[in-house]
Amino acid sequence: MTSPTDSGAPLDVRWSGVSVDLGGRQVVDDLDLLVEGGSWTTIIGPNGAGKTTLLRALSGTAPYRGTITIGPDEGVGLGRRERARRLAVVPQHPVIPPGLDVFDYALLGRSPHQGVRFAASEDDRRRTSAVLERLGLTDFAHRFVDSLSGGERQRVVVARALVQDAPVLVLDEPTSFLDLGHQMDVLELIAELRAERSLTVVCTLHDLTVVGQFADRIAVLDDGHLAEHGTPGEVLTPSVISRYWGVDVRTEIHDDTSVSVSVRRRER
Amino acid sequence: MIASRTPERSGSRLGAAWLLSGIGAVLVAGVVGVATGPVSIPIGQVIRELLDRLPLIAVDSSLSTTEQAIVWDIRAPRVVLGLLVGALLAGSGAAYQGVFRNPLADPYLLGIAAGAGLGATIAIVTELRDVFGFINPVPFAAFAGALLAVTAAGTLSVRRGRIGSPATLILAGVAVANFFTAIQTFVQQQNSETLQQVFAWILGRLSTAGWGEVRLLLPYAVLCSLGMLLSVGALDVLAVGDEEASTLGLNPRATRRVVLVVASLAAAAAVAVSGLIGFVGLVVPHAVRMMAGASHRRVLPLSLLFGGAFLALADVAARTIQAPAELPIGVITAFIGAPFFLLILRRQLTS
Repeated sequence: MTSPTDSGAPLDVRWSGVSVDLGGRQVVDDLDLLVEGGSWTTIIGPNGAGKTTLLRALSGTAPYRGTITIGPDEGVGLGRRERARRLAVVPQHPVIPPGLDVFDYALLGRSPHQGVRFAASEDDRRRTSAVLERLGLTDFAHRFVDSLSGGERQRVVVARALVQDAPVLVLDEPTSFLDLGHQMDVLELIAELRAERSLTVVCTLHDLTVVGQFADRIAVLDDGHLAEHGTPGEVLTPSVISRYWGVDVRTEIHDDTSVSVSVRRRER
Repeated sequence: MIASRTPERSGSRLGAAWLLSGIGAVLVAGVVGVATGPVSIPIGQVIRELLDRLPLIAVDSSLSTTEQAIVWDIRAPRVVLGLLVGALLAGSGAAYQGVFRNPLADPYLLGIAAGAGLGATIAIVTELRDVFGFINPVPFAAFAGALLAVTAAGTLSVRRGRIGSPATLILAGVAVANFFTAIQTFVQQQNSETLQQVFAWILGRLSTAGWGEVRLLLPYAVLCSLGMLLSVGALDVLAVGDEEASTLGLNPRATRRVVLVVASLAAAAAVAVSGLIGFVGLVVPHAVRMMAGASHRRVLPLSLLFGGAFLALADVAARTIQAPAELPIGVITAFIGAPFFLLILRRQLTS
């Protein structure tokens, strides 16, 4: 199959009429959403709204009805390998194999470009080194991933996704368990990389305070439905947040794609 | 772009130093194994005699004909068999551990040995021999039993595609092993006329080995080792779990199935010639991981080499500790392996 990834052009991601049943519960219900090539869409919503499931359907790890297209083709027909060349996933809870060093872990990102034996070529190693260098991880190359701190570990998982060289980057809560400083580090890094590589970014986040500054579009998911969709300035308003999260916030709009949100304690 | 400073070699490469040390261990174990025995033959002469057997090399070992026979017809096949069986057990252990992402997986503990024993017993009592004619069906029956056992243990410990805790798999393996052993004992009692033959096979040890056993095992050893070595890359991908492996382009179920078949064939072939030897598949890969890191690109080849050396040396111990009597080799491996198992189990529980 000729892959659209060869041209290096940004790829659209589109969910059309997508429903996901998990254990008899309709977690995602007839959802339509378009993420344009090269843009960043962040999906937010209360706990249990179906954010992670939506991403798992995209990455082919949750069965769904409807169609999801990655670039010009439907995801189901792509096969694991081609899908992995188009789509790199940073999972919410990555499995860190014990005793594997940073270089070898990041090198796993080359898997979809390798043959059935998954043997690494010199080119695979060069690309891995270049990514580690770019993310400032060169000095960590021979440390075991399971010995790193949370912030360092998250960089390493992002490194693996970048090594994959896919035009679409999917991140599920990439900042959970990180302090505010490290959250900003990771999100700023993704913003830089997206600009450098014209990546399409699909991301879920739960922290409303940072979400408004790192996306072109924000989609609010509520109980499996797409409740709101627009620019951060359109979506991150006190009334929307009050409706779906039940909290009072103050917003400060710097411009249409940069909104900070601060939360106030409720009167009981 | 700036030239990268990262040394582009890492744990995932085998490395010449490790490969050489593995080969060195095999050679040392081989020579020690051949040189040890009730008739003392100087090690230098043993080495010369062995070199003399290599093609294109002619060295005079100045050994008598009897001594030559002891070295070449009695000791050498036993040592070679020990090397092959050790390699297969350790290699399959490493493969099982990769497939199940479980450092406690071992052909013996997973019930594979018991399954192979049951398969072989059924083959012997039903005299399958006649059906196949010239091919010895016992190893095949052992393989079928082994595959059945590992499938049973694996299925029992996996729920809805999620692999249970390391201890769950081992408990499932213990249950399967006991169940299979019960059936095997029953079948054996029903056919008491074949009792001796069955026992000889089940307990079968390296002591009765001749070049015939080596010839029987060699094709399996070569094929399985090759198969396992070809799967090291996939096993490394599988180490991040089924879901992530899938997003990296690997089919986790198909991979697991293929590796399980190859590893089970390896374990069954080993059991078929040597009987039930436990813990080799546990101790050796674990020690290798501690020395050389956890990438399967290192763990598997080194487990094959060090596993062979380990079992050949364990056999030397089995022959010498109570000489002239012999200890079953499984006693030696369990003596070293069981404490090792507890050590790994403790580490699992604390992490």
